[in-house]
Amino acid sequence: MELSGGQILVECLKAEGVDTVFGYPGGAVLHIYDALFQQEDVQHVLVRHEQGAVHMADGYARATGKPGVVLVTSGPGATNAVTGIATAHMDSIPLVVFTGQVHSALIGNDAFQEVDNVGITRPCVKHNFMVKDVRDMAETIKKAFYVATTGRPGPVVVDIPKDVTDPKVKVPFEYPEKVAMRSYQPTEKGHSGQIRKAVDLIVNAERPMIYTGGGVILGRAADELTHFTRKLGYPITQTLMGLGAYPANDKQHLGMLGMHGTYEANMGMHHCDVLIAIGARFDDRVTGDLSKFCPYAKIVHVDIDPSSISKNVIVDVPIVGAVKSVLTEMIELVNQAGGAKKTKELESWWDQIEQWRGMKCLEYKWSDEIIKPQYVVQKLWEVTGGDAFVTSDVGQHQMWAAQYYGFNKPHRWINSGGLGTMGFGLPAALGAKWAFPDEEVACVTGEGSIQMCSQELSTALQYQLPIKIVSLNNGYLGMVRQWQEFFYSGRYAMSYMESLPDFVKLAESYGHVGMRIEKPSDVEGALREAFAMKDRLVFMDFQTDPEENVYPMVPAGAGLNEMILL
Amino acid sequence: MRHIISILMENEAGALSRVAGLFSARGYNIESLCVAPTHDESLSRLTLVTSGDEQVIEQIVKQLNKLIDVVKVQDMADTAHIERELMLVKLQAFDGVREEVYRLADIFRGQIIDVTESSYTVQLVGPGSKLDAFIDALGSTPVVEIVRSGALGIARGPRGMLVPEV
Repeated sequence: MELSGGQILVECLKAEGVDTVFGYPGGAVLHIYDALFQQEDVQHVLVRHEQGAVHMADGYARATGKPGVVLVTSGPGATNAVTGIATAHMDSIPLVVFTGQVHSALIGNDAFQEVDNVGITRPCVKHNFMVKDVRDMAETIKKAFYVATTGRPGPVVVDIPKDVTDPKVKVPFEYPEKVAMRSYQPTEKGHSGQIRKAVDLIVNAERPMIYTGGGVILGRAADELTHFTRKLGYPITQTLMGLGAYPANDKQHLGMLGMHGTYEANMGMHHCDVLIAIGARFDDRVTGDLSKFCPYAKIVHVDIDPSSISKNVIVDVPIVGAVKSVLTEMIELVNQAGGAKKTKELESWWDQIEQWRGMKCLEYKWSDEIIKPQYVVQKLWEVTGGDAFVTSDVGQHQMWAAQYYGFNKPHRWINSGGLGTMGFGLPAALGAKWAFPDEEVACVTGEGSIQMCSQELSTALQYQLPIKIVSLNNGYLGMVRQWQEFFYSGRYAMSYMESLPDFVKLAESYGHVGMRIEKPSDVEGALREAFAMKDRLVFMDFQTDPEENVYPMVPAGAGLNEMILL
Repeated sequence: MRHIISILMENEAGALSRVAGLFSARGYNIESLCVAPTHDESLSRLTLVTSGDEQVIEQIVKQLNKLIDVVKVQDMADTAHIERELMLVKLQAFDGVREEVYRLADIFRGQIIDVTESSYTVQLVGPGSKLDAFIDALGSTPVVEIVRSGALGIARGPRGMLVPEV
């Protein structure tokens, strides 16, 4: 079969089982769009800004576990995509991003819409390629999907000069069945000796703590983690990226840890004698001051990426391997050992934890007059039965969503944890809704974040993606304002947004439903009304308390045991 | 501590910039960097000299291994090895000091590879410390320019860097 480069690209997508490409056309990718147009297996979602395309593909990938696919043109198409690519990179999300490039003969000549895509994206991708010859197209795409989805996943950019997709140039096409790269062979199976050593430490722990991250979700190991944790009967805390892998409503779960983690989780971290870190990377928002981190603990660390191990915190028992495989082996060894030792120390450790839990650190001051943002998230949980896909943007609302929406399933909580990208929530929600049209999808956002990608409201109408937007509108860039209140003597530099749009009219102008909710007593009713409109996107503009802060808080430079409580 | 790190990479366009970019992005320092093809045309060999404590060097090696095009990384400090660097030094050599410079080059087993009425160019090969010692020994002899290749390293013994099988 002889095909053009554009046709080969489409055939490769089919062979990879790709059902959707999120993208935006332009000069350098016209041949590819022409090939896409002439088939029906791979659908295309036209966004309004390339950043939206990448976040949508990212939301799709996080919700489904499958790689997200993006197609954008050269120059500004590619540079607009960079924020989305960096977002996916920081959270290890598998994406394959095709960027157009100018004609090979023009590369380096400052041609129209030319930028060095490979150079610009290099620091924020897992890998990137330029296809210089149409005969290399199929193999390169095979490698791109392989690299993006295996090991520690991540985004891969494939840059394609326009002449490589010339419809007049046809070459034989065969999609490679397998790919093998001598330079890339991720370790799946953990070292047996290390696993044995770890389990020995684990079952004999007196004050154990399980600390898990996004790696458990990416590695599809939520069931194994739940089994492992229940078998041991140990307390567990999850990072912002890990929420949902272990059910939040379980009594062993202490909630999120870190800067805005719960008191019980952070105190548990600080005082534990054995820390079992699984698919988590000891991020600075999790550890606080490294010199004060887990001072009494022997640390076991399971991660598929060797460079994550002993990067920030030196660990005692490192295990490089896929979380699923290592946990499976660990469960077997824990069973052989007859589970955890039921000691008095373990019992009194739980007593101590219950005492910390008794502080009820997530309680907040109620008001009859003004809507508390935490209350909106709690009601959202009730109205959706705790079972919606929830995306967020970045800031206070993100933390409240993480704290008050108890996720009981993996893949349901979708947020930009690593890069902290405002503008992520709406397109990510659209990507999740595209993948799961029959599921409820809510985007928890704020009036600041939503304006960073609000143009995608138009995409939502075109493709009938009736998500629900829960905007916690406090009139401030809330997290910035909170830091200015705490650490800059209340000098609110540029954190107040004047001349906000009328969000109800904004939603209506895009063909959606807008609501403004001003009283606490109207919150639940509004949510119920919105979610009852199954086929409409509803933008709920909640007027919330402008001075509300996120508690508890570990201030920058403090240890996890030095929290600010309400 | 100073480490010589040898890297075998797929001989692809942009391989060097991936390594250089990694070092600048993560704030590691590069003292020198040498790149050239090998007997296997599908590979290039990079040799870089860096410094840092044990944890930093461990991270450097891990981060290099994480680059998709990197086939093999070896920290020469982990093995008995030979270090060599090439240096070309152009010196002002007027009557009165020409003899002295000539003798000094000889002591360091250097060769004079270019001569004019007023200059010598000396070629010297050895570990970096030897080249440094030569520069020190020149004393007040005016140096016109110094060109150094950066260090190369190779393990002692019969074995080479193993390329993993596919």
